[in-house]
Amino acid sequence: MQVDSYRFLPRSFRPLYEGRGAFPGEEHPVWAPFEKRLSASRIALLTSAGIYLKTSQPSFDLDGERERPEWGDPSWRVIPSNAKPEDFAVAHLHINDEDLLADPEIALPVGMLRRLVEEGVVGAAAERQVGVMGYQDRRLKDWRETTAPAIVGHLREQEADGLILAPA
Amino acid sequence: MPVLARWIEAAGIPTVTVTMMPAVAEERRAPRIVGVEFPFGHAFGVAHDRSTQRHVLELALRVLAGASGFGTRVDLDVEWPVPLREAYRAWQPKEPSPIVKKMLEARANAARS
Repeated sequence: MQVDSYRFLPRSFRPLYEGRGAFPGEEHPVWAPFEKRLSASRIALLTSAGIYLKTSQPSFDLDGERERPEWGDPSWRVIPSNAKPEDFAVAHLHINDEDLLADPEIALPVGMLRRLVEEGVVGAAAERQVGVMGYQDRRLKDWRETTAPAIVGHLREQEADGLILAPA
Repeated sequence: MPVLARWIEAAGIPTVTVTMMPAVAEERRAPRIVGVEFPFGHAFGVAHDRSTQRHVLELALRVLAGASGFGTRVDLDVEWPVPLREAYRAWQPKEPSPIVKKMLEARANAARS
């Protein structure tokens, strides 16, 4: 069974995604082998749902996006694995955030990952997960030059053996 | 997001992208892909449905740790439990995003002129 990639996308948006090929300069394969056993590995999560901690972190810059609709805030947030769902806020103008706020596990399944660690399926969960806001300037300049290297540094510091990314 | 996965992978950290648009992730050359036929904002399934969330996470872990090579894609055979028309409306923001608003205005202006 193959997923219909456009099932929930408005028809007029489809040409913005379909048949556009690789991102310029990103045609070649990239591959980092996963060498350890899962039960001996530390796994990190990344969500692009615009999740941040409402009491201690700034929101993603939605006013900036309202002023410049082609732009999206390229910054990132550290989301501690032990943060409570009620600490979360969502800043993303392209999705309805009701379900996300009711159950952040649908975008950042830290609780389920913890359960798999307790069961011994996974060795460990990273202590600090990563949040970004997925709507970005098409050229991805800030993500490439600033955000991606910073996230890589963070994942190395966390000693993550692998990363699960979930777009919103 | 698939491009971000590529940059992280290129730095030596294995990645898997869980996405509702796996065909697009393939075009953008993401290293490992798990496809889900779920509405946007719901990569791991229905709110509070721990069973589906677990399925998705376990599949993502299997593909992350066990994929044999670049471009591996595995789709999850789970149907969204809400009728399409309702689900289609439910995931969308209450007001159009700034870029959609701009596109709609441009279309309206073109129709007027």
